[in-house]
Amino acid sequence: MATETTDAAHGAEAASPGMPQLDFSTFPNQIFWLVVTLVVIYLVLSKVALPRIASVLAERQGTITNDVAAAEELKQKAADAEAAYEKALADARAEASRIAGEAKAEMQAEVDAAMVKADAEIAAQTAESEVRINEIKAGAAEAVKEVARDTAKEVVAALGIDIDDKAVEAAVATQVKG
Amino acid sequence: MAEQNDQSASRAPAFIIFGLVAVAFIFGWINSKGAELSFHPMDQFEVKRFFGKGDVGTFTITNATFWMALSVAGIALLLVAGTRGRALVPSRFQSIAELAYGFIYKMVEDVTGKDGVKYFPYIMTLFMFIVFSNFLGLLPLSFTSTSHIAVTAVMAMAVFLAVTILGFVKNGLGFLSVFWISSAPLVLRPILALIEVISYFVRPVSHSIRLAGNMMAGHAVIKVFAAFAAIAAISPLSIVAITAIYALEVLVSFIQAYVFAILTCVYLKDALHPHH
Repeated sequence: MATETTDAAHGAEAASPGMPQLDFSTFPNQIFWLVVTLVVIYLVLSKVALPRIASVLAERQGTITNDVAAAEELKQKAADAEAAYEKALADARAEASRIAGEAKAEMQAEVDAAMVKADAEIAAQTAESEVRINEIKAGAAEAVKEVARDTAKEVVAALGIDIDDKAVEAAVATQVKG
Repeated sequence: MAEQNDQSASRAPAFIIFGLVAVAFIFGWINSKGAELSFHPMDQFEVKRFFGKGDVGTFTITNATFWMALSVAGIALLLVAGTRGRALVPSRFQSIAELAYGFIYKMVEDVTGKDGVKYFPYIMTLFMFIVFSNFLGLLPLSFTSTSHIAVTAVMAMAVFLAVTILGFVKNGLGFLSVFWISSAPLVLRPILALIEVISYFVRPVSHSIRLAGNMMAGHAVIKVFAAFAAIAAISPLSIVAITAIYALEVLVSFIQAYVFAILTCVYLKDALHPHH
């Protein structure tokens, strides 16, 4: 402020009342430096700044476009993957049910075979048992005959009747048969 | 200071205003010892030697030179250094640079059409120079290059001559049809043509005085109010008025740069497409 007042005093004696804008003595100076300034700005802008900004903007635009395309592609891929997954799932289900069916059938077959085998074994054992039972039955009948004969002989002997063994046997045989 | 920190943030503006007023009072008190109420609203526009005292020659380094150089530095800082990263996601400075680029580019494209885009660097040069000069001029104690008619007139004349020459080079004598408004009734056309011719030649005058006048007036008004600040009784009012006008000047600084640029585009459009 202080310098301004002295400047004002200085300006008053240097006599330029009114607008410094109309002080034509400074025009060449201003015009010269303006032209220099504008040329420098123009060169800086046209050689460096504007191409750089333009390239940055173009690059960004390109990146955005690419990203959008990539996103679109990824979306498509995701949809494809989902479809593939669904298909795989369906296949797996079908395969699983097929395997289950096969396993079931196999097991059924095994079970059937085992049943048949077991039936056969049971039948064989039954037959064997029957034979043995018949044998035992036959053996028992024989034993009864023998016991009856022996008993009859002893009884006859005890009674003091002398009788032929053959007659006793025949009599016992007819009695047992009857 | 400690009390201020304790206050909630909502009361901070009040303290800032109080502080500013206090500072203004102190300055006013210091200042009032020397001088009475003194108006020097135009002193800020004086073109002086930057080093020492003496006459101003054509190649002398003056305050005008200094502030023009600062505007070049500012433009380089913003548009060159600011975009050095070439970041895909821009930094703050790069964002501003890109905004400025996009703003002017779109304006040129919208007003002049596709074929005007190759003149975009010239319009960008003018716009950036004006906008930086205007804003640098808003710094206290600075010098506003664009408040000088010598500066704006050179730019306006450059635009006028370039557009006129371009018009004749591109369209030959067909460029004269810019004066012949074919959509008007035939009777009126000669009269309109006369008006068009006059307005065409007034263009550089209005183009240059609009900018210089706006910048000069705003800065001078601020200085007038600043002079009133020397009187303690009205200095608060004066400070408030300066603040308000300063805010207006910030707006004007941008708008006038924009107006200069868009008018350049409009004139350029006439040269490229003279037929109405």
